[in-house]
Amino acid sequence: MDEILQVKGLRTSFLTSSGEVQSVRGVSFSLGKGEALGIVGESGSGKSVTSMSILRLLASTGRIKEGEVFFGGKDLTKVPQRELWDIRGGKIAMIFQDPMSSLNPLSRVGKQVEEMIATHEPKLSKQERQARALELFRLVRIPEPEKRYRSFPHEFSGGMRQRVMIAMALACKPEILIADEPTTALDVTIQDQILKLLRQLQEEMGMSIIFITHDLGVVAELCSRVLVMYGGMVMEEALIDDIFHSPRHPYTMGLLASIPNIKQDKSQRLTPIPGSPPDMTNPPAGCPFAPRCPYARRICLEQMPPYTQLDPTHRSMCWLLTPEAPAQDNPFKE
Amino acid sequence: MTKYIIKRVIMMICTLLLISLLTFILMHAVPGGPFTSDRKLPEAVEAALNAKYNLDDPLPIQYLDYMVDLFHGDLGPSFQYEGRSVNDFITSGFPVSARLGVTTICFVLLAAIPMGIVAALKNGRWQDMLVMGVATLGVTIPSFVIATGLMYIFSYKLGWTPTIGLDSWRSYILPVIALGGYSLAFIARLMRSSLLEVMGQDYIRTARAKGLSEFKVVTRHALRNALIPVITILGPTIANLLTGSFVIEKIFALPGLGIHFVNSITNRDYTAIMGVTIFYAAFLIAMIFVVDIFYCLIDPRIKYD
Repeated sequence: MDEILQVKGLRTSFLTSSGEVQSVRGVSFSLGKGEALGIVGESGSGKSVTSMSILRLLASTGRIKEGEVFFGGKDLTKVPQRELWDIRGGKIAMIFQDPMSSLNPLSRVGKQVEEMIATHEPKLSKQERQARALELFRLVRIPEPEKRYRSFPHEFSGGMRQRVMIAMALACKPEILIADEPTTALDVTIQDQILKLLRQLQEEMGMSIIFITHDLGVVAELCSRVLVMYGGMVMEEALIDDIFHSPRHPYTMGLLASIPNIKQDKSQRLTPIPGSPPDMTNPPAGCPFAPRCPYARRICLEQMPPYTQLDPTHRSMCWLLTPEAPAQDNPFKE
Repeated sequence: MTKYIIKRVIMMICTLLLISLLTFILMHAVPGGPFTSDRKLPEAVEAALNAKYNLDDPLPIQYLDYMVDLFHGDLGPSFQYEGRSVNDFITSGFPVSARLGVTTICFVLLAAIPMGIVAALKNGRWQDMLVMGVATLGVTIPSFVIATGLMYIFSYKLGWTPTIGLDSWRSYILPVIALGGYSLAFIARLMRSSLLEVMGQDYIRTARAKGLSEFKVVTRHALRNALIPVITILGPTIANLLTGSFVIEKIFALPGLGIHFVNSITNRDYTAIMGVTIFYAAFLIAMIFVVDIFYCLIDPRIKYD
């Protein structure tokens, strides 16, 4: 598969009054053309910051300390602002977690979609822009698009606003769509509709998607490959089937065990991962998951584990996969 | 909307009636009267004066009489200045105060809003420090200190500006700065904090993610949202600046309306107290009403009725 985006050794920090928060600590991955890649992790794992770093949309205190983001032969962390403006929205579009606050409250939804088109295709006339925006409203299945076109965001429900955001993101036929928890703030039924819509649009338009979520179930619906993030690092990377059927990281296993199962006995409780995520102002020297890992040994706490390439598409960062690891009490050894 | 406006106008009239009544009661509760002076007047003279101005009627009757006249547009004769009416005070004083006021408002808006924007966009850098420094001085130094200080330097020492009056454009400079200093500082600070807050909103990130230039992000998405709190404060500010300031008019010897606010009270000039108070209150209420209507135009989330 052709690679359209490559992220190499990305490190992003936020400078706060309580010190430097190292949100992303050396993340590398690539995205294929037409591929849907999932990034999974709990709050604070660095997944959103990774996605914001790609387009340099970090809050004012955020800094990309190291690393490269290659897109179209250019390193996006270094291109001048002007070039970035063409890429944002035009070639790489984003949708965000909270549709309630992601639209400008003072501006009509149709206008906000039109603005995207006007920014990247300034030659189009006003009528052409409006026609395109209306077509997008139909594409994302906003009912009565002509009527809703002149509505304001507050007149829309959360699901409808997210559809507007998607329409806006798709307006200039981007090559990559980054969806940062697009369904987290929505009801489960609306969530399902939005996911189906995204999958269908991806198939029709052939764009690549980076889908960020904390929900492995959502990833299973949409993505073919998954990055599992924790403590600002990629813990495991694998095809979707491998993640579900042969996870090779205790954290991934923990995530899978905490997914509710419909066949589960009602009296059975969910299995949470004990403990809480590390403090990123002072990240641990060893594996970030070690303090919560049931299999952790001394080395896990002291030294950062290397990546073990299990097969061409599957890698995991865990000491248990290294040759020196003891066979005893090891979930990954027979 | 029409229904809302009618409702508001009725409310405004009620508010004004209440204000007039309260002012009337308070005014008469204060010891002394318009004809009290250091030298005691012969009782017969005082009684004659009171009778002439109907001050010997019971208070409710006096109030009703006053209100009837008020509805006919007659604010009554001044008790202090023989031969002048309170209408005279307003028609001669208000234009002077308003001329200075309008100039001051333009100056304040043209200076404060850009200052706030620059400070917010250059948050933490020297531009921000400078604006905030000036703004802090403007809020903390009383206007009479600014006025006399400016007058000392620019009129007395340098001789660039006249000390009194409003005869040429030069003579506006000092009173405008002294009168507007506080509002300028206040609005600049408000604009800064409001814009800073807006710049951290999700929809600003959306605007950036669209590939808009930073200039367009600010002008098209941030400013309109950030101006909403500034518009709120604009109503009372405009009413204040237009109706004149006692301090500024006294220092620069301007025949405005502001002087009457204080003089009428010390003189117990009953009709003048009522007149200027009601005039100011009506103006303030009207400005707040205009601002509320203006909201509707700028923010679609606000719907009346």
